[in-house]
Amino acid sequence: MSGARIEARFAALAEEGRAAFAPYVVAGDPDGETSWRILEGLAGAGADLIELGLPFSDPMADGPSIQRGAVRALAAGMTVDGVLGLARRFRDLDAATPLVLMGYYNPILNRGLESFAAAAAAAGVDGLIVVDLPPEEADPLADALDAHDIRLIRLATPTTDENRLQVIARRAQGFVYVVSVAGVTGTREADPAAISPLVSDVRGACKLPVAVGFGIRTPTRAAEVARIADAAVLGTALVDEIAAEIALKRDPVPKVLALASAMAQAVRFARA
Amino acid sequence: MPLVLALEAAYRQAKADPAFQAELSGYLTHYVGRPSPLYFAARLSAHWGGRIWLKREELNHTGSHKINKCMGQILLARRMGKTRIIAETGAGQHGVATATACALFGLPCVVYMGAADIERQAPNVLRMRLLGAEVRPVTSGSATLKDAMNEALRDWVANVADTYYLIGSAAGPHPYPVMVRDFQTVIGREARAQVLEAEGRLPDALVACVGGGSNAIGLFHPFLADEDVRLFGVEAAGEGMDSARHAAALNGGRPGVLHGSHSYLLQDADGQVLEAHSISAGLDYPGIGPEHAWLRAVGRARYLTATDAEALEAFALLARLEGILPALESAHALARLPEVAGEVGAEGIVVLGLSGRGDKDLDQVVSRLGAAT
Repeated sequence: MSGARIEARFAALAEEGRAAFAPYVVAGDPDGETSWRILEGLAGAGADLIELGLPFSDPMADGPSIQRGAVRALAAGMTVDGVLGLARRFRDLDAATPLVLMGYYNPILNRGLESFAAAAAAAGVDGLIVVDLPPEEADPLADALDAHDIRLIRLATPTTDENRLQVIARRAQGFVYVVSVAGVTGTREADPAAISPLVSDVRGACKLPVAVGFGIRTPTRAAEVARIADAAVLGTALVDEIAAEIALKRDPVPKVLALASAMAQAVRFARA
Repeated sequence: MPLVLALEAAYRQAKADPAFQAELSGYLTHYVGRPSPLYFAARLSAHWGGRIWLKREELNHTGSHKINKCMGQILLARRMGKTRIIAETGAGQHGVATATACALFGLPCVVYMGAADIERQAPNVLRMRLLGAEVRPVTSGSATLKDAMNEALRDWVANVADTYYLIGSAAGPHPYPVMVRDFQTVIGREARAQVLEAEGRLPDALVACVGGGSNAIGLFHPFLADEDVRLFGVEAAGEGMDSARHAAALNGGRPGVLHGSHSYLLQDADGQVLEAHSISAGLDYPGIGPEHAWLRAVGRARYLTATDAEALEAFALLARLEGILPALESAHALARLPEVAGEVGAEGIVVLGLSGRGDKDLDQVVSRLGAAT
């Protein structure tokens, strides 16, 4: 099954005429068990696809919120195997919701590309986003993932021009992740009007669904994005909710799932 | 990627343009004060044996080799029409050199510096501010050089259109390692001509400290084809190679990817990047320029280590024997002179890259060695 879950989910949503809501959380944030309870609840809260962050010590494409989330996860002992363990538990519970890991290259390279791909497939992972791996360097990982039917999701940004898009399109699979702002996660707001032409160009060049992320904080903005894209990704706002709740010494799970639910509703009815 | 590809194209054009090279050469001569002397250290030679020459990069304007590639990169930034400069810095030498170059051309300058480094390199922070740069403290992660580099990269991707990221070492994404090396080869080109002039032959060994590795690659590169010239890089062993508190990526790390470079990296079993530790903030980087990893792999260069304590001893020795206060970074290279000189013998010629001066390190040295030093 694996990566085919991504295609199946986007096909089903296209039938319904709506975009996917794709929440992102850092695996293991703030600790393994709390993170599991969040993951466990996300599909029920309306997640159509889940992005699970592989925590990394030097997340240079992320803003301070997600970096702090990664710091919390690593401090609580999260590892690559720990992330795959969470994925496995999720897959045992939910056979349909696509699960995409998102992280940085070094922990994957360190694990060994083939070994990582095999373990991720066994854990029921459907896709992988590696933010610091340009297409020029991605073939060995893409080959390893292909062998295990996992999609290597490519990224496009506002600085991606037409030539660059051809490079990205060459081996694009699953969907394409459009970074809606020039910059890191959670620091600037996406402008749907400005991003719309890029979304169309990417769709045209790659013939794949397009997810938009990096600048979505509010239900209104999520709904706007859901009108032009095939998926709206929400990350920093969820991670901020975790930080705020644990600062108050409260269980973050209810607030995180409530926010996810509100965003999911906004996405679900955006085109109604 | 589009931004590094654009940078690569712009650099390739500039490199081939005689007008660019002439402009750079003019600034290096009249502003930086090049060529830097190659000085025969007679008393140091008598002490360790061999004929030891010091390539005096510490006499450059701003006190280290860092200014060489700042001049190259700032001229490139101007050529590319960039109007804002950002940089990361560890010891502050690169930050000072960048702030200097920005003042010279009236460009606004933001320097990212780990909060821990700001504390231990206070004089350089003052210098940068006096030169008109904004020093932004970085508190994320270990609050040292690698975190400053993360922060600078974040700034760069958010401000690509007008901003040039002036990287300080032969690390980071391509084309930086190549470009920084090219701008630093002025060290090796001069040293080669100077030693030929003074000794009538090539040296038997070159030795330089290695953090990211820019001064070492700049010294080594023009000698790579001279197979009889032995190359020694010296990494920072911090509190010792068995202590896990060191900064020796080649001797104590494994291959990995950080900041767009595939090289050696200090990392844990799970591929998380470890904090580097060294008394010298300028060597406090968990990675190393990829060309050094290659030179080691093909057996062209050897990489030794020196501890904090050995570097301090070498610092004190050079001060007493030659009247020169070396940077703690350069003191790591000085610390391995006994081994290098021993290997080349009494008539052997050694050229050591004295990459920076030690004024910035006085507080640290005095607190570690005591006022008696």
